[in-house]
Amino acid sequence: MSLGPYASFIVTSYLAVAIVVAILIGWIAIDYRSQTERLRELEKSGVTRRSGRSATELR
Amino acid sequence: MTLIDLANPSRFLALTARVLPWLAGATVILLALGLYQSALAPDDYQQGATVKIMFIHVPNAWLSMFVWGVMSVASLGTLVWRHPLADVAAKAAAPIGAAFTFLALLTGSLWGRPMWGTYWEWDARLTSVLILFLMYLGLMALWRAVEDPSRAARAAAVLTLVGAINLPIIKFSVDWWNTLHQPASVMRMGGSTLDKSFLIPLLVMAVAFTLLFVTLHLAAMRNEILRRRVRSLQMMQASRMAFSSEVGAGSREENASKEFGAA
Repeated sequence: MSLGPYASFIVTSYLAVAIVVAILIGWIAIDYRSQTERLRELEKSGVTRRSGRSATELR
Repeated sequence: MTLIDLANPSRFLALTARVLPWLAGATVILLALGLYQSALAPDDYQQGATVKIMFIHVPNAWLSMFVWGVMSVASLGTLVWRHPLADVAAKAAAPIGAAFTFLALLTGSLWGRPMWGTYWEWDARLTSVLILFLMYLGLMALWRAVEDPSRAARAAAVLTLVGAINLPIIKFSVDWWNTLHQPASVMRMGGSTLDKSFLIPLLVMAVAFTLLFVTLHLAAMRNEILRRRVRSLQMMQASRMAFSSEVGAGSREENASKEFGAA
């Protein structure tokens, strides 16, 4: 597959999309980890939800 | 499960836990297929291989408007139906929409340089998309500036609905004004003007990016629900601490008055 004289523009475009999508996925994954960690810490300190269910329970 | 059932954040979290792995899998498969088909697509007779930028530029451009549309519906949910997850949906979508709009601008610019001879032109299409990007940033700043989520939600919902006026301007800017940007070639009256060898990879990539948005959006909504749980538990913790310190101060005063009386 030859990309011709403008190969750098094509490759940069695809790379930029890959990087931004990877940053989005990483940010969402890190945020999820940070929120569940903070909820666990709060539960350990004795603060519980009014329903009595675990705050990190997803099912 | 109906929309009313999903109004319960716990049920929504249970649904996302089940659905997210399947959505992520389907997104990866479709993206791989779309990228493979894009790589095999022939060169355009005028643009050469730079036509390959279209397969990532167009899905991002579509999504930049689609995400604002999703946020507008969610804003109606906040203001009219007061659905408990509506503002969660709107807030979670904004950074994802901003990322897609940024990519649409960047890839468009990288496509424009070899084809138009310039990275940027202040014409109607490019300028209206830049305004959309700035509106996404403004909305994200608004969410951060107001501490109470319900107050922030109402202000953001109004701003989102006002900003939706920009969507038809973006869509029809190429018809209403003279611009360097090409007119609509896929979603137009009379059908697509694209050859199947370009249209099929483009549609596969568009579906793949839409699935990517749905996956990221559900995951970001889950995070937002957990963030609100953290906030409410922290407030409970703070009120308990304030109550116990008040009780402690009250009992010390009572003891002091007893000692004073005894003396």
